[in-house]
Amino acid sequence: MSNIDQLEQAFQARIDAGENIEPKDWMPEKYRKTHIRQISQHAHSEIVGMLPEGNWITRAPSLRRKVALLAKVQDEAGHGLYLYSAAETLGITRDELFEQLNSGKAKYSSIFNYPTLSWADIGAIGWLVDGAAIINQVMLTRTSYGPYARAMVRICKEESFHQRQGYEIMLALCEGTEAQKQMAQDALNRWWWPSLMMFGPPDAVSTHTEQSMKWKIKRKTNDELRQQFVDITVPQADILGISIPDPDLKWNEERGHYDFGEIDWEEFWQVVKGHGPCNKERLAARNAAWDEGAWVREAALAYADKQTVTS
Amino acid sequence: MKKEWPIWEVFIRSKNGLEHRHVGSLHAADATMAIENARDVYTRRQEGVSIWVVESKDITASQPENKGELFEPAADKVYRHPTFYELPDELKHM
Repeated sequence: MSNIDQLEQAFQARIDAGENIEPKDWMPEKYRKTHIRQISQHAHSEIVGMLPEGNWITRAPSLRRKVALLAKVQDEAGHGLYLYSAAETLGITRDELFEQLNSGKAKYSSIFNYPTLSWADIGAIGWLVDGAAIINQVMLTRTSYGPYARAMVRICKEESFHQRQGYEIMLALCEGTEAQKQMAQDALNRWWWPSLMMFGPPDAVSTHTEQSMKWKIKRKTNDELRQQFVDITVPQADILGISIPDPDLKWNEERGHYDFGEIDWEEFWQVVKGHGPCNKERLAARNAAWDEGAWVREAALAYADKQTVTS
Repeated sequence: MKKEWPIWEVFIRSKNGLEHRHVGSLHAADATMAIENARDVYTRRQEGVSIWVVESKDITASQPENKGELFEPAADKVYRHPTFYELPDELKHM
């Protein structure tokens, strides 16, 4: 048995025993690369995720809604930073990570390539998109890589208000005029299926799932998490009194879960490949922020250099 | 000329999965000695699996007199907490 095989076996034994892996521990190159990919995608999703919501900050219907939305978007910036730092423990630089995002090489959650057309979309995003993200993130607090797991604990704790503020928006609309309720229904219609897609392709075709489960990067499969989301969310829609846009959705007594209709995976892959409604707009916004911020980064460094010389 | 060994701050990770936490400080001539001394001073009863040391002079600390301007602005931002949002009791898993 070669040296590397022995190391890999010992590594797997540690994972199997439920140990966490820390930055200076030996790890297979693929474990390292997979983590850089997954943690940075997660970080990019937080950063790009600010854009659809930021769209409504200036037009929030009250001061209460506005400060809540500001606080939420501010959290997302913070969460992106926690995650970028976790990725950097694996030997990649912040600039490299930004370059991957800005060039389109790196992916981020496809959900953020959909537009926020009405105020109700802000409610639907908090309720559904954050709801789906929380299910995934709660699982990730027990992921095997220490810095990622710790970032997740912090993020989950802070995010607990995000979903509640979204649901409160939906509730207010659903208790309002017929037109307001219709607005909430329209938002649910548009965000439901993309939210289900957030958990990724079905287990049967997911290329990463098997290895990720073995390394305890993930502890539940895409389909398990998706089912959990549906089961939790359907009763929440009932309380709002709006209907989930799926004629095949029904409680299955035997399984103890809701059955639901077929997801349009063709749409999912189109958006992943860059052909969603807002892919170009999102990347353009990130690139503009990076390019237009260049002078600030340079000026701060020049000032710091000057302090070192004079002191 | 009498020269004192510098002070080092010591951080210990008690087990993998947990963060390094500040446990105290010690004197050492260089980083290697600081790690060795930290091992002897702070981990005699298996308190740790990993040690970080950093020279105290390399830590920049906030000033106590700036406490107000730094931390008070968070005091009135109740909307950053989940309890600020009023939701029906029958709502589950949120």
